[in-house]
Amino acid sequence: MTRAGIGLAALSLLLLFFPAFAGPYALSVATLILFFAYTGQAWNVMMGFAGQLSLGHSLYVGVGAYAAGALFFHYGIGPWLGLWLAIVLCVAFGLVIGFLAFRFGISGVYFALLTIAFAEFTRIGFDHLDWLGGPGGMFLKVAQRDAWDLANFRGPPLMYYYAILLLTAAAFAGCWLLLRSKAGYYWQAIREDEQAAQALGVNTFRWKMLAVAISSAMTAVSGVFFAFYYNNLFPEQIFHISRSIEIILGPVIGGIGTLFGPILGAAVLTLLSDGITEALAALGWEIPGIKQVFYGVVLLLVVMFLPHGIWPAVSRKMGIGR
Amino acid sequence: MSFDLVANVVVAGLFTGLVYGLMALGLSVIFGVVRVVNFAHGEMMTIAMYAVTVLFAAWKLDPFFAVLPAAAGFFVFGYLLQAGLINPFITRPEHSQFMLMVAVAIIMVNALLLAFGPDARNVQVDYQLESFEIGKILIDKARLYAALAAVGAAAALFAFFRFTLTGKAIRACADNYLGAKVVGLNVKRYYALTFGLGSACVAVAGCAMVLLVDVTPALGPYYTLLAFVIVIVGGLGSMTGALLGGVLIGVAEALAGLLIAPSAKSMFSFGLLILVLLFRPQGLLGRKS
Amino acid sequence: MKRRQFNKAVAAAGVVSLANPFSIVRAQAQKLRVGVILPRSGVQGQIGQSCQMGAEIAPAVIKEMLGVDIEIMSADNESNVDTSRTRAERLIQEGAHVLVGAFDSGQTMSMAQVAEQRGIPHVVNIAAAPALTEQGYKFVFRNFQTAPDIVREGLSLIGELFQATNTVPRSAVFMHVNDTFGQAMAKGIGGAMQRLTQLPFKIVDTISYDPAAKDLTVEVSKAKASNADFLLLVCRLNDAIILRREMVKQRWNPMGIVSPGSPGMYEEQFTKTLGKLADYCISNVPWYNANAPLTKVVEKAMAKRFPKEKLHFHGLNVGFTFEAILVAADAFKRARSTDPKTLADAIRQTNITSKMMLGGPIRFNAKGQVEGIGSACVQNLNQVPTVVLPASAAKAKPVFPMPGYKKA
Repeated sequence: MTRAGIGLAALSLLLLFFPAFAGPYALSVATLILFFAYTGQAWNVMMGFAGQLSLGHSLYVGVGAYAAGALFFHYGIGPWLGLWLAIVLCVAFGLVIGFLAFRFGISGVYFALLTIAFAEFTRIGFDHLDWLGGPGGMFLKVAQRDAWDLANFRGPPLMYYYAILLLTAAAFAGCWLLLRSKAGYYWQAIREDEQAAQALGVNTFRWKMLAVAISSAMTAVSGVFFAFYYNNLFPEQIFHISRSIEIILGPVIGGIGTLFGPILGAAVLTLLSDGITEALAALGWEIPGIKQVFYGVVLLLVVMFLPHGIWPAVSRKMGIGR
Repeated sequence: MSFDLVANVVVAGLFTGLVYGLMALGLSVIFGVVRVVNFAHGEMMTIAMYAVTVLFAAWKLDPFFAVLPAAAGFFVFGYLLQAGLINPFITRPEHSQFMLMVAVAIIMVNALLLAFGPDARNVQVDYQLESFEIGKILIDKARLYAALAAVGAAAALFAFFRFTLTGKAIRACADNYLGAKVVGLNVKRYYALTFGLGSACVAVAGCAMVLLVDVTPALGPYYTLLAFVIVIVGGLGSMTGALLGGVLIGVAEALAGLLIAPSAKSMFSFGLLILVLLFRPQGLLGRKS
Repeated sequence: MKRRQFNKAVAAAGVVSLANPFSIVRAQAQKLRVGVILPRSGVQGQIGQSCQMGAEIAPAVIKEMLGVDIEIMSADNESNVDTSRTRAERLIQEGAHVLVGAFDSGQTMSMAQVAEQRGIPHVVNIAAAPALTEQGYKFVFRNFQTAPDIVREGLSLIGELFQATNTVPRSAVFMHVNDTFGQAMAKGIGGAMQRLTQLPFKIVDTISYDPAAKDLTVEVSKAKASNADFLLLVCRLNDAIILRREMVKQRWNPMGIVSPGSPGMYEEQFTKTLGKLADYCISNVPWYNANAPLTKVVEKAMAKRFPKEKLHFHGLNVGFTFEAILVAADAFKRARSTDPKTLADAIRQTNITSKMMLGGPIRFNAKGQVEGIGSACVQNLNQVPTVVLPASAAKAKPVFPMPGYKKA
C-alpha cells in the first residue's frame, strides 16, 4: 500500500474510534470540524475543480436547511424526505445562477459578486418570509435525545458525529472518483485555460454546469445536517456573508483543488481558533477582538507564504501524492 | 403618499448617494487600474472615520478641516499597502487576492474593536442637528455639507486624471498594461500611487460619512459591499459612473424604503446588481472591455 | 496544536470516563459552580458586559444572604449562536453544575439545547422568545418575561400613563426593529391591541426597519407623514439613538416616544450620546424595585465593586442576571447537592419572595417559566432613567406629552 494509503487508513481508524476516548466537548469540536470539512469539500468542487469562485455558498446551506427544516416544522416530515427537496431546490438555484452567469459570460470577480448578491438578496428575502419564521427564526422541536431516532435524525451528539463523518468520507471518496473520471479531466482543462478547452471542442458550459450542480447538491445536504443538529435557523446567520467566508476558509488554507485540503484546512482553522481562545484565556488577555486579530494575521501569513495552501506543502514533506 | 414626503426622501437620498459615490470612486479607481479586489475598502473608510472622531475629540477639529490631513495620511497608507503587501498578488489568482484582502479586513475590523471598543462613536458638530427649510423640504445641513465635500473631492480627482501627466500615465496603465510598460512607465509605482489616491479618496469620504452615520467597527463590511454594488452598477473605470451609481443607489434605496418595506431596502440594491451584471456588465457608464 | 489538543482530550476523557459520562462528580460538593455565558464581545458586547457585573457581585452577596459558596465560571459567546453552544459544552466539561445565560434568544436557545441534552439545569436570565419554554424541556428555567408578557405589561402601562397624565392620544405610529425580538414584539402587539379595547389609540402605520441600518431618514419621514400623536417604538440601542436624532433633524415632535418593552432608551449610552434629547423617552420594561431590601444590598455591592457605574443604567441587566444566579444558589442550599437532576428538581420548587425585580415571587410553572414578573414605566428625566409608574414604585411623576410637542 502506498504511503498515502497507509496514512489515510490510520486517519480513518482514528476518526472512527475518536468518540471512545474523547470527551463531549472534544466531540462537539470534532463535529464542527467535520461539518466545515464537508461543506468546504462541496465548495471545492465548484472552485477547485471547475475554477468558479463562489462567495455566496451560504445560499445553498441556508436553502437546504430551511427546506428540510420547514417540512419538519410544518408537516412533521422527516429529514430523509426533506433531504430530497433540499437537494432539488439547491440544484435549481445553482443551475439558475450558473446559467445566468455562464450564458452571459460572467466570470472571475463578477461571478463572485453575483453569488454574493444572490446570497444577500435571499437573506433579506427570508427575513421577510413569515411562513419560514422570518427574522424570529425557525425552531425545530427537539425531542428527548438519548435514543437514536434515525428516521427523524434525532439522537445524542455521537450520532451526529458519525453522520457527518460518514458524509465527509463519502464526499472524499466521491471527489476522488470524480477527479479520475472524464469530468475531472475536462474540469482541469477548463480551469487551466477555458478558451483553449473550448477550442478543442469541450462543451465548457455543460461541464461547468455539472460542477455547479454537484457542488450545490452536496452543500444542500450540509444544510440539512445543520438544520437538524442546531435546530434553530435564522436568516441573518445562515445566509450571512461571514458564513460564506467561513466555508471557503478551510479549502483556501488547506489547498484548493486538492482532496485533503478542505479537511486539513477545516481542522487547522477550528483548532487554531479554539487554541487561541484557550491561550488568551490562560494569559488573561480576555479582550474582545484580540482573538480575531490573531486569526486574521495567521490567515494573512498563510495566504502570503503558502499560496497553494497547507496541504501541498505538507504532503510534499510527507512524500505523499494528493 | 404626499409630494412633500417623496421630495424630502429623494433629496436626502441624493445627498447620501453623493457621499456613497465618493466612497465608490476610491474603489473604482483602485479596481479599475490595479484590478485588485479590495475587500477591505469599507474597513479603510471605517478607519478614516475613527481617525476623524479622534481628531474631533482631541482638538474639536471639524471633519472638513480634517480632510487634508486625513487624505494625506491615507495616501501614504494606501501607497505602502499596495507596494508592500498587494503588489506580489497582482499576478496571483483572484481567490488569493480576495483572501488576502479578507485577512486584511479581519485584522482591521478587530484592531479597531481592540482600540475603540464596540460602542458607536460620532462627532457632534454644532450644525449636526440643524436643517435648512426650502418650502416644504427640509434639508439636513450636515448631509448637504457632506455632499458638497464629496462633489468637490470628485471634481479634484477628475481634474487630476484629466489634466496632469501622472494622471494620464495612470490611465495608460489601466488601459493597456503591456503598452504602458513598452512606453517605459514604471507600472508598479503607478499602481502604488493609484492605490494611494484611492485610499485618499476613501479618507475624504470617511470625513463626510462621519457626519451622517455613527461609526462602529462592524461598519466596514457593509460599506465594502455597497461600494462594489455602486462601482459595478455605475461602471468600472468610469469616475462619473461611480458618482452616478452612488446617487442612483442612494435614491433607489430611499424610494424602495418608502414604497416597499424599509427593511427590504438593501434587497433592492442587490437585485439591481444582479440585473446589471446580467444585462449590462460594463455598468451604466463603463466601457465594454 | 493538534497534538496538544489530542493529549488534553485523552487526559480529560480518562478522568471523565471513570465516572458516569453524563453527570459530574456527585459527592457532597461544597461549592456550586455556575457557568455564566454572555455576549461580552461582538454586537451585543455592551449589554453582555453589563450583565456580567451582576454575575461578579453575586458570590459575595449570596454568601452573606444564604451562606452558600458559589463559583462563577464566565464565558463569552461573542454574540454568536454557534459559540454559545460550544461554550456551553466547554463549561459543562469543566464542571459547571448549572448554566446561566444568555440575553439574546438565539444564543440562549443553542445553549439551552446543550443543557437539556446533558441534563444540566439552565436558568435563563434574560431572553424573550416564547419558544424557549415551549419545547417541553425539563432542565431549562426562565426568570424573565416572554415577549407576549412584555407586550401585555407594556401596553397596560401605556394605558396607565394616559390616565395619570390625563391625555387621550388617538393615534400612534409603530416602529420596530426587524429582528427576532422586534418581530416577536410586533406579533404580540398586533394581537394585544385587538384585545385591549380600552386603550384610546389606534396604530395608524407600522414601519419595520433593519437593526443594522445606519440611515433611518426614510423611516422617520414615513412616520412623520403619518401624523400620529405619538411614537410607539420597539428598538435597540444604536437605532434608538439614530432615530431620536433624525426626529430632531426632521423637526418631528410627537407627544412622546414610548417603548412597550425593548432595550435602548434606558441604557447609559443613549443618554450619554444624546444628552438633553434623551429626556422624556419612556420605556416600559421589567425593572428593579428601588424600595426592595435586596436592591439596596445589590446597589451597595455594585458601588463597591464598580464605583463608576450607576445602578439605574444597569438595573435590568444586573438585576436579572443576579436573580438567575440567586435561583441556582437557593436551589443548591435546599438540595444540599450538586447533582444536576436534584438541582433541577429543587429549582422547580423555588419560591423566592425577597427579590430585587418588580413583581410576584419567583416560582416556576410547569413549563419552567416564572409568571407575574412586573414591568415599570421608566422615563428619562434629567438624563436618569426614573420609574414613574406604577405609583407604588414611582420616584417621580410622568411627563406626557413631552415639552416641545407640536400638533403637526
